[in-house]
Amino acid sequence: MPEGDTGWKRAFEADIISTVEFNYSGDLLATGDKGGRVVIFQKEQENKSRLHSRGEYNVYSTFQSHEPEFDYLKSLEIEEKINKIRWLPQQNAAHFLLSTNDKTIKLWKISERDKRAEGYNLKDEDGRLRDPFRITALRVPILKPMDLMVEASPRRIFANAHTYHINSISVNSDHETYLSADDLRINLWHLEITDRSFNIVDIKPVNMEELTEVITAAEFHPHQCNVFVYSSSKGTIRLCDMRSSALCDRHSKFFEEPEDPSSRSFFSEIISSISDVKFSHSGRYMMTRDYLSVKVWDLNMETRPVETYQVHEYLRSKLCSLYENDCIFDKFECCWSGSDSALMTGSYNNFFRMFDRSMRRDVTLEASRESSKPRAILKPRKVCTGGKRKKDEISVDSLDFNKKILHTAWHPLDNIIAVAATNNLYIFQDKAN
Amino acid sequence: MFARGIKRKCFDGEEDIEGTLAGFKSVPSYNLQRQSLLDMSLVKLQLCHMLVEPNLCRSVLIANTVRQIQEEMTQDGTWQVINAQNTGQASLDRLVSSDILCRSTKEQNEGKLVPSYSGFSKDFENTPSQDIISDLSTVTSVQAPRNPQSNNVWEMENSQENRGNFQKSLDQIFETLENKNPNSVEDLFSDVDNSYYDLDTVLTGMMNNTKMGHCDVLESFSSQTTTNSNSNCKSDINELDHIVEILVES
Repeated sequence: MPEGDTGWKRAFEADIISTVEFNYSGDLLATGDKGGRVVIFQKEQENKSRLHSRGEYNVYSTFQSHEPEFDYLKSLEIEEKINKIRWLPQQNAAHFLLSTNDKTIKLWKISERDKRAEGYNLKDEDGRLRDPFRITALRVPILKPMDLMVEASPRRIFANAHTYHINSISVNSDHETYLSADDLRINLWHLEITDRSFNIVDIKPVNMEELTEVITAAEFHPHQCNVFVYSSSKGTIRLCDMRSSALCDRHSKFFEEPEDPSSRSFFSEIISSISDVKFSHSGRYMMTRDYLSVKVWDLNMETRPVETYQVHEYLRSKLCSLYENDCIFDKFECCWSGSDSALMTGSYNNFFRMFDRSMRRDVTLEASRESSKPRAILKPRKVCTGGKRKKDEISVDSLDFNKKILHTAWHPLDNIIAVAATNNLYIFQDKAN
Repeated sequence: MFARGIKRKCFDGEEDIEGTLAGFKSVPSYNLQRQSLLDMSLVKLQLCHMLVEPNLCRSVLIANTVRQIQEEMTQDGTWQVINAQNTGQASLDRLVSSDILCRSTKEQNEGKLVPSYSGFSKDFENTPSQDIISDLSTVTSVQAPRNPQSNNVWEMENSQENRGNFQKSLDQIFETLENKNPNSVEDLFSDVDNSYYDLDTVLTGMMNNTKMGHCDVLESFSSQTTTNSNSNCKSDINELDHIVEILVES
């Protein structure tokens, strides 16, 4: 967890950012937005001669991933908003990522071109064909450097497999398959095959009126390619083993924390709904995010989480208002630090929270232009929960619930974090010691 | 802004005058809060039927909340149950209720908490006699607080008033039935399994079926398939299969 000093650079302004993801090396950072665009940032090589230089992220590639569509059968629009981006591990010079909207997943290839061939025999520099009779000599075309061009091309389109809205995609550790999950079903795909997928989880009841629970997130285990988990709107997590049966409707493990009867209210179920589930890098733990807290689970213990962190407990008394303005349905994501020693998740008022698991410390920081200057230290924030408000504290009623940080990402190796605040992306780096 | 949490306060008899008074005051306020929550939830569900497909997770969570309130109100005895009439009409009622839910938002805005609520009547199966008609009565009791007179929460819901409202609501339903145009989905699917008109339809916002007969849908598809690329054709063909599947109802 970054200790005290952090520098920042506001990276890019775009439409409302809907997903943020570092690639496996952390050199690339992809964002998807509500307009269906993907913007990829690349970490600049650090210049060792300049003392204060650090790897900054600059725009590397921008492309339109998804377009709005119209479902003629239902007379409904299909939003182009990018729900999730997941990178594939790099196997050659090109980079591959999966991006998805509500219905369609696309595999994109991002490749660089920094050379072009000159001196063709059959066509001249403009590209016009030369008259063969005028060619009197042959030459070998030579490669000349050109300005770097980054091209993105769609290599696969995985469509028509989801009746409901896709909420998750997850690349398997075998690097050949991936899963996509919607509200009621999870499908398994092979990256090379677009015209069919296997349905591995189906919780749709025969009679839809009996529907009381939906799938909210799903992820493959980082090392065991046969294991995945999915979370539900009732606050449960199911771990499934694809070796046991083709259809994983029956789980191998079932994680649920017993409800505290003293805090039961009409909103208990809604706030227990899990908005995100993430395996630790080690594969020993998983983290879930519900409305008010973040929980760490040991995969070997199904009865209760091993750690629970309160994100914004002061909202518990405001649940009715938050239900009224629909904020109670906000889906916050969460992420692990590279070493699994820290967790991060977002909150309201452009606040985000970081929890140090080993030191048992937590901090609230703000991602906004007003509160931070470039290269300045981020000041910890505090929400006043009652009684006298101290200086620099914010009272709960002054919080701006329109400024929500739903998407955050942590560099897989370094202490660099990306925080999406509506349509702004903030990248914070820990000052090297 | 409501009081902290919506915890149920147990009101035990005459044990403590202070406590009694506090309990006395808190019970109606709890009922009021609960009623408002129910109202709010029903409005939220109704507003789900927009141009973009509604969020299924949100709809399910709200529906569960409504169900929870209804269960509690049934236990408290504040939920009036009017005995059902004929189960013979049940299937038709089901068709009607979901069909109303499929109406455009414009039509829905012209009045009605009643229709959206009846769609969930199937879930509230505490007694076998409970069906759409009994649920209508409960909906009118939802609307009761809007009437300044019945805001007086000390008196239990006026059953006579309810029946008057109930009659009105029932008339609205039957009126809609009569005004059906021949191209309505109802006629086309009269021999199709009722499961087509289910919560799935409601929650995924299939709105315009009453407007577009299926002949129209197929026509728009044939014009669509003449256009451009392979992927378009492919998705159209898949959608055509989907339509055929519905018509045949495997």
